[in-house]
Parts: sequence; structure tokens; C-alpha cells
Amino acid sequence: MDNMTIIAVASIITAGITTGFGTMAPALGEGRAVATALSSLAQQPDASATITRTLFVGLAMIESTAIYCFVVSMILIFANPFWSHVIA
Amino acid sequence: MHLSADELIFWQYGFFKLNATIVFTWGLMLVLAVGSKLITRKISTDMKRSRWQNLLEIIITGMEKQIEEVGLGQPRKYLPFLGTLFLFVAASSLCTVIPGYQPPTGSLSTTTALALCVFVSVPFFGIGEQGVGNYIKSYMQPTPIMLPFNILSELTRTLALAVRLFGNMMSGAMIVGILLTLVPFIFPIIMTVLGLLTGMVQAYIFSILAAVYIAAATRAREASLQPETKH
Repeated sequence: MDNMTIIAVASIITAGITTGFGTMAPALGEGRAVATALSSLAQQPDASATITRTLFVGLAMIESTAIYCFVVSMILIFANPFWSHVIA
Repeated sequence: MHLSADELIFWQYGFFKLNATIVFTWGLMLVLAVGSKLITRKISTDMKRSRWQNLLEIIITGMEKQIEEVGLGQPRKYLPFLGTLFLFVAASSLCTVIPGYQPPTGSLSTTTALALCVFVSVPFFGIGEQGVGNYIKSYMQPTPIMLPFNILSELTRTLALAVRLFGNMMSGAMIVGILLTLVPFIFPIIMTVLGLLTGMVQAYIFSILAAVYIAAATRAREASLQPETKH
């Protein structure tokens, strides 16, 4: 296999694996966060504004790791510097 | 593949490029500034007011309440900065319903600029509230060994702010683009609605996180003063 093939195969496989892991782990974390938020809402419904706001902030922080994985996958597929270098 | 609005260049003169990000940013600024100027030309303080003024008042009091709930003592002082952050990001994601529009926050340059504004504003408000000595001392909490970690955490959370907003906006546009090539009938519309929702949530998250960072910087001294006043 020459250079082009190796780079293409590595980029494609890595992009797929990155997206795979990047969707699994944050989903688990967010599931736990929402479950805890729901149980605390059931215990104290009058604090629902604070709980909901904190839940959303926490979800955004967890989501950002998924976004990092997505950005890396996009870079590997569409803005790959090694691929552009080897194509030129 | 069209990754961001930076690639669409309208006009170029040597080094200066007028790309879609700049054009849409200035368009948004124009709409926000001219719109508020027009609405606040005749403000009425009695119960009978125009519905646009009502809308602005709802937004302003809502933001003020949120800033107060985060823990910042005088919300009016921080309202210009945090309110502008929220309004800009929210307007930028709301306008995606207009065809031919690309959100300027879908470009890493815009989100990095906004995150840098937050990064600069945290010591600005912190020093304004506590003084230089106390603010620098807050980096040494709880022990001076934590100084590099505190500085590093400041830098990484600024980076996280930028990448979070950029990733959410770019992924929204890209998902719709990919779906248009696969299933062009109903699903792109559903994904655009989802993109609107995540855009508003991200606007809220961005400004609330900025408020939390500023609150952490301005509050450290009061937390250490309170045990002294208790007896």
C-alpha cells in the first residue's frame, strides 16, 4: 500500500471510531445526569427552576466533549492536512 | 465541503477579505442596534405600551433575573456584557430560518472572538470588584501550588466555550446539508427545528457560563469574609 492509501484508510477508520466513542460516552453521562435531575425534581418540585437550569448547564458541559469528537471527525474527513498534502 | 461561512468570500483586496462571516455579523449588529433604537424611541412608563417595548422588557428582566440567580450581586452592572452575548448568539441562531443565511457563530473565528471577550472580562470585573491584590490572591486558593492549574483551567474553559458554540452551530448546518442529499423531503425541516432549539440553548449556556465565571472571580473575597463576621 502506498502513502495515499495508508493515509486515506487511517483517516477514515479513525474518523469512524472517533464518532463512535464520541457518541457513546457523553450519552451515558447525560443519561445519568438527567436521571438524577428527575429524581431530585420528584423530591423537591419547588426548586424546579434551579434544577432545570443546572441540568441544562451540566448537559452542555457534557455535550461539549461529544462536540470535540465530532469536530475531530469532520477535520479528518473534510479538512485533512495530510490528505491535501499527499494529493498535491 | 462547505465547512464554515469563512469560505464564502464576497470581495477581496490584498490581505483584507470580506467573507460571509463578517457580512452576516455586521448585518446582525445592524438589525439588533437599529431595531432597539427604533423600539426605544418612545418609551412609555404606564400600563399602555407598544408590544415591541413589552418584548424588550420581558427579555431584559428575564436576563436580569438569571444573572441574579447565578450569584452576581448587582445584575445591572453585568447586564450589558452578558446580555449582548446572549442576544448576539440567540439572534445569530434564530436567523437561520432566513434562506441564504449562514450563522456567523458557525465560524471558529467568531466564537473564538466571543470566548476571548469572556476571557478578558473575567479579570476585568474581578479586579474592578476586588482590587488587583485580592484577585491575584484568588488564584492561589486553596494553596499556592494550585497557581498553574488555576491558570490552565482559565485557558481551557475559554477554549471549551469557543469550540462548544462553534461545534453546535456547524454541526446543525452540516446535518441539514447532509440530510438534503439523502432524504430531502421532511427530515431536513425537523433537523432545522432541532438546530433552532440547540442554538437557543447554546446561547443561554454561553451567557450563563460567562456569568458563572465572572461570579467566581468576583465572589471569592465575600466567601472568605463571611466566616469573620460570624461569631
